[in-house]
Amino acid sequence: MDLMKYSKAFALAAFFALVAGCGGATMDDVSEDIVSQSEIERADAALSEGIDGASDAAARAIGDATLPNVRVIYFDFDKSNIRSEFYDVLNLHAAYLMANPRARVVLEGHTDERGTREYNMALGERRGNSVQRYLSLQGVSSSQMEVVSYGEERPAVRAAQSREDHAQNRRVVFVYR
Amino acid sequence: MIAVRRTFPLLLLLVSLLLWSSLVQANLTIRITKGSDQTTPVAIVPFAWKGTGGLPEDIARIVSDNLERTGLFRAVPREDLISLPTRASEVVYRDWRLLQVNYLLVGSIESQGGDRIEIRYELFDVINQERMLGETVSGRIQELRSRSHFVSDRVYEKLTGQRGIFSTRIAYVTAEQTGNASYTYRLHVADADGQRSRTILTSREPILSPDWSPDGKQLAYVSFERGRPAIFVQEVATGQRYQLTNFRGLNGSPAWSPDGKRIAMTLSRDGSPEIYIYHLDNRRLTRVTHHYAIDTEPSWSPDGKSLIFTSSRSGGPQIYRIDLSNGNEERISFEGNYNARARYSPDGKEIFMVHRDAGGGLFSIAALNMQSGRLRTLTTSPLDESPSVAPNGSMVIYALMRGTRGVLGVVSTDGRIQYELPAERGDVREPAWSPFLN
Repeated sequence: MDLMKYSKAFALAAFFALVAGCGGATMDDVSEDIVSQSEIERADAALSEGIDGASDAAARAIGDATLPNVRVIYFDFDKSNIRSEFYDVLNLHAAYLMANPRARVVLEGHTDERGTREYNMALGERRGNSVQRYLSLQGVSSSQMEVVSYGEERPAVRAAQSREDHAQNRRVVFVYR
Repeated sequence: MIAVRRTFPLLLLLVSLLLWSSLVQANLTIRITKGSDQTTPVAIVPFAWKGTGGLPEDIARIVSDNLERTGLFRAVPREDLISLPTRASEVVYRDWRLLQVNYLLVGSIESQGGDRIEIRYELFDVINQERMLGETVSGRIQELRSRSHFVSDRVYEKLTGQRGIFSTRIAYVTAEQTGNASYTYRLHVADADGQRSRTILTSREPILSPDWSPDGKQLAYVSFERGRPAIFVQEVATGQRYQLTNFRGLNGSPAWSPDGKRIAMTLSRDGSPEIYIYHLDNRRLTRVTHHYAIDTEPSWSPDGKSLIFTSSRSGGPQIYRIDLSNGNEERISFEGNYNARARYSPDGKEIFMVHRDAGGGLFSIAALNMQSGRLRTLTTSPLDESPSVAPNGSMVIYALMRGTRGVLGVVSTDGRIQYELPAERGDVREPAWSPFLN
C-alpha cells in the first residue's frame, strides 16, 4: 500500500475543501502616489554603463539560442546588485528569451537564512527585480518574465553554517516554464 | 477494482490516523535552558478527587509547572510535603513555615454527575497566616487542562498583581523535509505550554508570518500555496479561511490593528516594498510609506496611532516609526548594523526586535526602550528571529536554531529565565503569541 499517495490525496482533498468558496478580494481603491524612481534610475544607469560590451555578446548569441545550462546567479549579503562575473550568464538567458518569444521564465529570488524572514522576502524580490531589469535592458520582453521571491524559505543548503553555504543560498534561479 | 473499493475505508482510517497524529506528535516539549536563582518557594498540594475512575490531568502538576516556568516561583517537590490538606480547615501554618514556603495552594475536584466537575481551590499566605483566595470553577472533565490553566492564571495574578498567560495560545509554523527538495509546511495552534497542538493548515509551499486578530479568533498569514505569496485570514475554531490579498509582487507581514478593523501589510505592487493599511470594513487600501528602499514588517503601537517598521533606507535594515495622523517618520534604532522585525510590548514602552551588533556577530533578540533608547540583548544563540511578546508583557517567544534544527525559545523580558519548545520532528519557526483569550 502506498500510504504516501493516500496521505497526499487526503491533504489535497482537505486543502480544496478549505479553499472552496473563498473568493479573492479585489482592491484597486488605493491612494496613488508617485514612487521615487531615483534609485531605480540610478541602478539602471549603473547597469547600462557596465553592459555595453555585454550587449554585443547577447546579440551574437541569438542565433544558437539553446537553453543556457547555468540557471543560478549569486549575490552578496544584504545586496541585490548583479556581480559583474554573472553578466555572461545573464546575456545567454537574454539571448535565449529573445530568440524564443514564447519562452517564459520565473526569476526566483532567494536569500540566506540570516536576518528576518519578511525582510529577506523583500530582499529576494530585489534580487529578482535586478535580474529582470538587466534582461529588459537587453531587450527581453517583460511579458516573458515574472519575479517571485521566496526569501529564505527555500534555501539551496538547509541549516547553512559556513560562509560558503550562506553564499550558495543568496541567489536568483531561472525557472523556465 | 478491489483497490478502488478498498480506498475509501483506508482513506477514512488514514483521516483518523492523521488527525490523531497531528494532535499527538506535533506537541512541543519544554526544556528549561536558563533558570532563575531568585524564586519564591510555594507548595502546590495534589488536589483531592471526589469521584470514580481516574482523572485525565494532574491539576497540581500543571499549576506548579506553569508557575515555575515564569522564573518567579519554585514548587516544593511532592515527596517533601509534610501533609496533604485539601481545604482551609486542614491547613496547619506551622507545617508550611517549617518547609519554608511563602505560599500554599490546596484544592479538590468533585464529580457533579456525568462528565461535570467542580474545582475548589484556596491560596494561603503562610507568613501572614491568611487565606488570599478561595474560588470554585466548574466545567467538564475533558476541560480539566483548560481549567488548570485558569486556576494557574488566578493564582499567578493574586501573587504577582499581573495577569497570567497560561490560558493563552501560540501559533507557529513547522517545516518538515519530505523529499529531496520537497517540504511539508504546517500552521499550528497550541496552548502556551506547547501542549494540545492542532494543525490548522498543511501545504507543500511556504507558510509564514502568522498574526492573531486582537480578539484571538482569527489568524492572518502568508501562504505560497498558489505559487506566489498571498495573505489569508483564517478562523482558528472552524478552519474557515479566505484570501485577503493577491497583488502582483510581495504580499507579506500582515499585522492586525489593535481595534481589529485594519491589517497593516507589505506590498510591492507599486514597484518597491511599501507598508499599506487594508481596511477590512470597506476593503480600502491606504499606502503608508513612500521610499524606494525596502519598507516592511509593520507593527502597531498599542494605541493604534503609529506603526513601527523595518526600512533599509539608511543602507542596512533599521527600525523606523511613522505617525499615522501626519505621516512623520523617525528612526528608532541606532545601535548595531541590523535591526529588524520589531514588536511593541503591550504597554508600548519597549520594542523587541532582531538585532545584530556592529561587529556583525549574532542575530539576537533585543529590547529597546522607547524613552531612553537603551538597548538590552536578551538572547545569545547565533540565529534568533521572529520575536512575539506575551499579552502581559512578561515573556517573548522567538525562533532559534538548535544545531541544524529550528526550535522555539521563550525568554522573560527581564532576561532572567529562558526555555525552549522543541518539536519531535521538523523545524519549528514563526511563533506568534495570542492575545488574552478569556
